[in-house]
Amino acid sequence: MAAIQITNIKKNYAALQALDGVSLQIEEGEFFGLLGPNGAGKTTLISIVAGLIRATSGQVSVMGHDVVSDYRAARSRLGVVPQELVFDPFFTVRETLRMQLGYYGLKRNDAWIDEIMANLDLTNKADTNMRALSGGMKRRVLVAQALVHKPPVIVLDEPTAGVDVELRQTLWKFIGRLNRQGHTIVLTTHYLEEAEALCSRIAMLKAGKVVALDTTNALLKRVAGSQLKLRLSGAALPPSLHAVQIPTDSAYTVFRINQSNEIEPILASLRQANCVIDELHVEQADLEDVFIQIMGGATK
Amino acid sequence: MIGFQTLFYKEILRFWKVATQTISAPILTSILYLVVFGYVLDSRVQVFQEVSYTAFLIPGLVMMSVLQNAFANASSSLIQSKITGNLIFILLPPLSWWELFGAYVLASIVRGLTVGLGVFVVTIWFVDLSSNFSNAAPLWIIIFALLGAAILGTMGLIAGIWAEKFDQLAAFQNFIIMPATFLSGVFYSIHSLPPFWFTVSRFNPFFYMIDGFRYGFFGQSDVDPLQSLLIVSAFFILLAGFALGLLRSGYKLRN
Repeated sequence: MAAIQITNIKKNYAALQALDGVSLQIEEGEFFGLLGPNGAGKTTLISIVAGLIRATSGQVSVMGHDVVSDYRAARSRLGVVPQELVFDPFFTVRETLRMQLGYYGLKRNDAWIDEIMANLDLTNKADTNMRALSGGMKRRVLVAQALVHKPPVIVLDEPTAGVDVELRQTLWKFIGRLNRQGHTIVLTTHYLEEAEALCSRIAMLKAGKVVALDTTNALLKRVAGSQLKLRLSGAALPPSLHAVQIPTDSAYTVFRINQSNEIEPILASLRQANCVIDELHVEQADLEDVFIQIMGGATK
Repeated sequence: MIGFQTLFYKEILRFWKVATQTISAPILTSILYLVVFGYVLDSRVQVFQEVSYTAFLIPGLVMMSVLQNAFANASSSLIQSKITGNLIFILLPPLSWWELFGAYVLASIVRGLTVGLGVFVVTIWFVDLSSNFSNAAPLWIIIFALLGAAILGTMGLIAGIWAEKFDQLAAFQNFIIMPATFLSGVFYSIHSLPPFWFTVSRFNPFFYMIDGFRYGFFGQSDVDPLQSLLIVSAFFILLAGFALGLLRSGYKLRN
C-alpha cells in the first residue's frame, strides 16, 4: 500500500491551472522530496493531500484512504507542518499541543507531549504563551503539532525556511529518526542540499506538472554527470571540444563529463592545441545542477 | 467525540482568557443602558401592567447581551483564525462538519448565557423582584435564551465563514445584527410603534426571541409565546442547515 497515492490531480483557480494532471506514488517509509520553483504547485498539491483545498479533478489517498470520501481516516494518518509561521496567540505551547492531540480524537497524553517537546528542545518553553516565542521556537511548535498524533505520514512544507542552523540540525535529527522508525516523510524545500542529503526519491514540479521523478542518485547521474573546470591560457580552445563544453559566464572553461576516463582525451586535445592549463577542478554535479537543468535554466 | 469536546473547550478557554473584554465589558454596557434609559423613562413609560419600565428593560437587555455575545464568539474566533492563519489547526484534523458546528455554536451559547446571566444578576438590583416578576415562568426563559444564543451563534459561524476580513464582519454586525436587535423590542413594545414599523418588526425573528424571553419574566408578551417558539425554532433549523451546508462544502474554508 502506498503512503500517498496521487492520481491525475488537476487544480484550477479561475484561468490559472495550478496543477495539471499530477500523478505520484509515495511508498511507505520513503523520505520523499517535492521540489520546484515558487509557483510550481508544491503547496497546492500538499494542501490537496491534507484536505485544505479540494482538487478540481483526480484522486488522492493517504495510507489507502481517500482524502475526500474517507477524509477522517486519511487526515488522522497525516501530519502536516505548514509553510506559514502560524500560531494561536491565546495559548501556551503545552495547551496548543494538548488541543492538537484532542482534535485528532486522542485522549490527553502528557508523557508523549513531554517527549516531543524534549526532542525539539521546547521543554523550557512548555508554559510560555505562543506570542512570546521566537520565530524558530514557533517553527518547532509547528513541527510538534504535526507529530502529536503520531501520524505514519508526515509532510513538511519548507520547514527550515528562515530558521537557524541549530534548529535545522535538531529537526533533521528528529525527522531522520522518525523515518528510520518507519514514518513516511514528504519534504518540500528550497534548500536543495537538504533534499539531496535526506531524500531517497525526488519529484520535481514545474508549472503544475511533474517534470522529473526518480531516486536522488538516478537524478544526479541521469541528468547532470560531473564537470571538468579549467582555467586556460595560451591558444584558443580547439573546435573539437566545443561539443562537450558547457556555456558559462565564469572565467573557467567547463566541460560535461559522465565518467573519469573522459578527462584524458579532453586534456590531450588541449595539449595538442597548445592550450596552457593554469587550474583544474573536477566537480560532482549536485541537485542544484539537476534542478536548474530540468527547470530550463543554464547549468552551472 | 473527543475532537468536538476539545474544540468546544478551546473556544470556551479562548473567551475566558480575555474575560474582561468578552464578559465584563458587555455587562457594564448593559448597566449603562439600564441606568440611562431606566432612570429617564421609568416614570413616563409603562409597557405592561404592574411592571415598571426599568423591570421591562431587564429581559430585553439580558437577551440583547445573550444574542450579541453569542454572535461575537463564533464570528470573532473564526475571522481571527482565518486572518492569522491558525484555522489550519482546525482544518487539518479529522473533525467532521457536525463537530465544527456543534463546538462553535455550543461555545457561543455558553458565552451568550454567561454574559446574559451576568447582566441579569447585576441589573435585578435596580428593581423590586416580588412586584415585577411575580408571574415569571423560568422554563420559557431558558428555552428562549438557549434558542436565541444558538441562532446568533450559528449566525456568527456563518458570518465568520463568509467574511475574509474584519471589515466584512463589522459590516455584518453593524448592518444586520445591530439593527435587527435594536428593532426587536428591547427597549419598547412593538405595539407602541407606527403601523409600518410594527409590520416590519413582525418579520424580524429577533423580535420573537426577545418577546418570548420576556414572556418568561412577566407572563405577558406582544405575541403568543408558542407562536414565538415555533418561529424561532424554525429560524434556527433553517440557519443550522445552511451553516452545516457551508461547513460540508468547505465554502471559503477549504479553498
